[in-house]
Amino acid sequence: MMRTSDNPESRQTSLLSSRRAFLRASLAVGGGLLLDLSIPGVMAAPPDSSPSWATLNAFVEISSDGIVTIISKNPEIGQGIKTMLPMLIAEELDVEWSSVRIEQALSDPARYGAQFAGGSRATPVNWDPLRRVGAAARQMLVSAAAQTWSVPAAECETQSGKVIHPRTKRSLSYGRLASKAASIPPPDLASLPLKDPKDFKIIGKSHPGVDSPLVVTGKPLFGIDVAVPGMLYAVFVKSPVFGGSAVSANLDAIKSQPGIRDAFIVPGVGPFNGLASGVAIVANNWWLANKARDLLEVVWGEGASAAQSSEGFAQRALELSAQAPAAKVTSEGDVVQALATSATQLEAAYSYPFLSHATLEPQNCTAHFKDGKVEIWAPTQNPDAGRKIVAKTLGLTDADITIHMIRCGGGFGRRLQNDYMVEAAWISKQMGAPVKLLWNRQDDVQHDFYRPAGFHFFKAGLNGEGKLQAFKDHFVSFGEGGKAVSSADLGGNEFPAKFVANLELGMSLMPLGVPTGPLRAPGSNGLAFVFQSFIDEIAHAAGIDPLQYRIGLLGERRVVGAFDTGRMIDVLTLAGEKSGWGKRVAPKGSGMGVAFYYSHLGYFAEVVHATVGAGGRVTVDKVWVVGDVGSQIINPTSAENQVQGAALDGIGEALGQAITLANGRVVQSNFDDFPLLRMKQAPPVEVHFLKTDHPPTGLGEPALPPVIPALCNAIFAATGVRIRSLPIDPKLLG
Amino acid sequence: MQYTIQVNGKAHGLEADPQMPLLWVLRDVLDLKGTKFGCGKSFCGACTVHLNGVPTRSCITPISAVGSASVTTIEAVAATPTGRAVQNAWLAVDVVQCGYCQAGQIMSASALLAKNPKPTDADIDQAMSGNICRCATYSRIRAAIKQAAGLPTVDSRDKFL
Repeated sequence: MMRTSDNPESRQTSLLSSRRAFLRASLAVGGGLLLDLSIPGVMAAPPDSSPSWATLNAFVEISSDGIVTIISKNPEIGQGIKTMLPMLIAEELDVEWSSVRIEQALSDPARYGAQFAGGSRATPVNWDPLRRVGAAARQMLVSAAAQTWSVPAAECETQSGKVIHPRTKRSLSYGRLASKAASIPPPDLASLPLKDPKDFKIIGKSHPGVDSPLVVTGKPLFGIDVAVPGMLYAVFVKSPVFGGSAVSANLDAIKSQPGIRDAFIVPGVGPFNGLASGVAIVANNWWLANKARDLLEVVWGEGASAAQSSEGFAQRALELSAQAPAAKVTSEGDVVQALATSATQLEAAYSYPFLSHATLEPQNCTAHFKDGKVEIWAPTQNPDAGRKIVAKTLGLTDADITIHMIRCGGGFGRRLQNDYMVEAAWISKQMGAPVKLLWNRQDDVQHDFYRPAGFHFFKAGLNGEGKLQAFKDHFVSFGEGGKAVSSADLGGNEFPAKFVANLELGMSLMPLGVPTGPLRAPGSNGLAFVFQSFIDEIAHAAGIDPLQYRIGLLGERRVVGAFDTGRMIDVLTLAGEKSGWGKRVAPKGSGMGVAFYYSHLGYFAEVVHATVGAGGRVTVDKVWVVGDVGSQIINPTSAENQVQGAALDGIGEALGQAITLANGRVVQSNFDDFPLLRMKQAPPVEVHFLKTDHPPTGLGEPALPPVIPALCNAIFAATGVRIRSLPIDPKLLG
Repeated sequence: MQYTIQVNGKAHGLEADPQMPLLWVLRDVLDLKGTKFGCGKSFCGACTVHLNGVPTRSCITPISAVGSASVTTIEAVAATPTGRAVQNAWLAVDVVQCGYCQAGQIMSASALLAKNPKPTDADIDQAMSGNICRCATYSRIRAAIKQAAGLPTVDSRDKFL
């Protein structure tokens, strides 16, 4: 399918107002080429087919003056995707990056396939298909030139936005060819030749973020900056106890305050990711709406969750640890027998707390409900899931909802949930006006979908040579009916499962009335800490260097399930070399720790050098990261930035972060009691990528998990004190 | 109350509650959206502006306290050579991830360099630790400040190079 476009300005308008209507149009004014391409093996869905079709459409437009517009389909949360995905298309299209303009797609999965920011998936999912989209457009331009010159297409080449015919020394710009190319049938994507990576001009070269000039000059760009004519401003006050409902409130007193347009109770609809009950206050500006909360008195129906506390969970976990696990995750050999016959036995209890995502831009959304339809401007990582919740809660169909994906001031998994979206839509419907809903920081800290806490009770047995022959974990987590809540599960492949002759991973669950969800490197961000720390204990008990012990555990170079031991051995070895592991003599009070972790298809080994000073104050001196994410680092500047950020994110979690529950409420409320890492705490992070002959994979997450155990292992090396609970308690070290 | 405040070299007359923080006056009354709301309690620095050149958390600065002070926001930071150099360094170093904190970072950095054109790493720690970057682009912020100052971008705290 191909279509030509009208002039860019009216095209922009039509894209924003009705992309589908526009796509059905076929205009030739100005002469442009718009490609709407399907991906091999998958049929292109017609525009109004079910969004569940596994289709992907990408768009390339070339104006008659040679400007190439590439639509970027995924939400931008700071991971650099708005720059990176178009790089894949531009590379195979063979254009100068400086001639490319990037436009953010609307949420429209029938057109674009899945549009979300999560799981570090964008690279592995789009690496091949989006290059083919670019290659197809290039081939159509080549065909158009060949027809114009009446020469075989095979004699034509392309070079930076031009088709050339070397034999006759002729050339035509893509802009001149675009209109004609639009009438040529698209080629079969599956059989399209792609560039040899050695010929890449864009992929593998650093390209700064395309929106950065707008960021540094303070242009409106984020969800919080959205402005719609006639817009009102709202706050939404929810029950401090999760799942509680607003019974009554002094609404008349609130409504009498200056600038307040309305105040009303919203009923709760559905589960945690539906619509929470609360009190909406709508005003002429946000500050007035938020200020009115000082006078607000609400009677809450708190429900059963009011009895929950972090202390209670820790106590219950300890009780459960004395019993057999309720369910077996995986089992190999005879762990009981092997433990009994071990020369050395170890036992340790580890735990980590609930965590908040704390995106710096608080949750917000602007919605305009009008005539049974709703238009939404949302900083969201997962727009289509939001559409479905809004449709269900407001009794609309998917087609009634238009979602603009607005740049997110951080995601980290928080914006995979769309609770703020359904709140804004509901309040706009009630008001009959466009409404910008903005949470304050306390709302954000106290109404998150938290990284769940976890409790691990380990045992291990070593033979006389220090070889690990028995390993056992009783993981006390959260859930009911044998099903763990979101991000609280443990899989049967958790290392060292499949690497120890006698091993048992078991789980017991505690019921939880707190919303949980993915936080950057979900699952892994807690599991890496406990498993890689306990393995460090085992190495020390064996009297073997912790890095060498890990390489020994990995054993022969082979693929176990999806896990390639050779790739991990190589990143570990390089991390050792780069950090001077085993060669450096750490000064008194300092030490080095190592850990590795495989997540999101990425292999990461990290070394931390840390110093423990007076009062147990931990200074992280340096972090070395070695990662293997395949054959290409698509945008090196962004890749390094992501990896440094992920490592520092993990250090911030380890040094100070915990969400605690008391009387069913979150105790913390802002950055004074939920501290984020600051400049003076942030060590240098040296990043190395080991390129291997595997397809490229994602980078937003996998560098985070190993840094936490590497830090704790460094603290052990410095002090002899083993950190078994997060955040790190300086009192244990002082 | 009626106020006239000086923002980015221009006088703006407006009507506001005396307690209304400068942040919300800038964002929702004057439509200058570059200054960001993060915490509302001066913990994160996303709302940093200059008051007579001094980096100030606008989220806890009531409009009634602004008086005749000259307010500079991210939208006008490039009016001085130092501010412009900082912005350019931010782009050259490719600092930005999500970008939400960067207006505040740039305001703190440009105030630092205006006062201290050749800051040490300790000076940078001191001046910048009130600004949280949730994406933790701290290494690049540090490098960009040094680049804007014409200093080598090497991190002097790194004893392992």
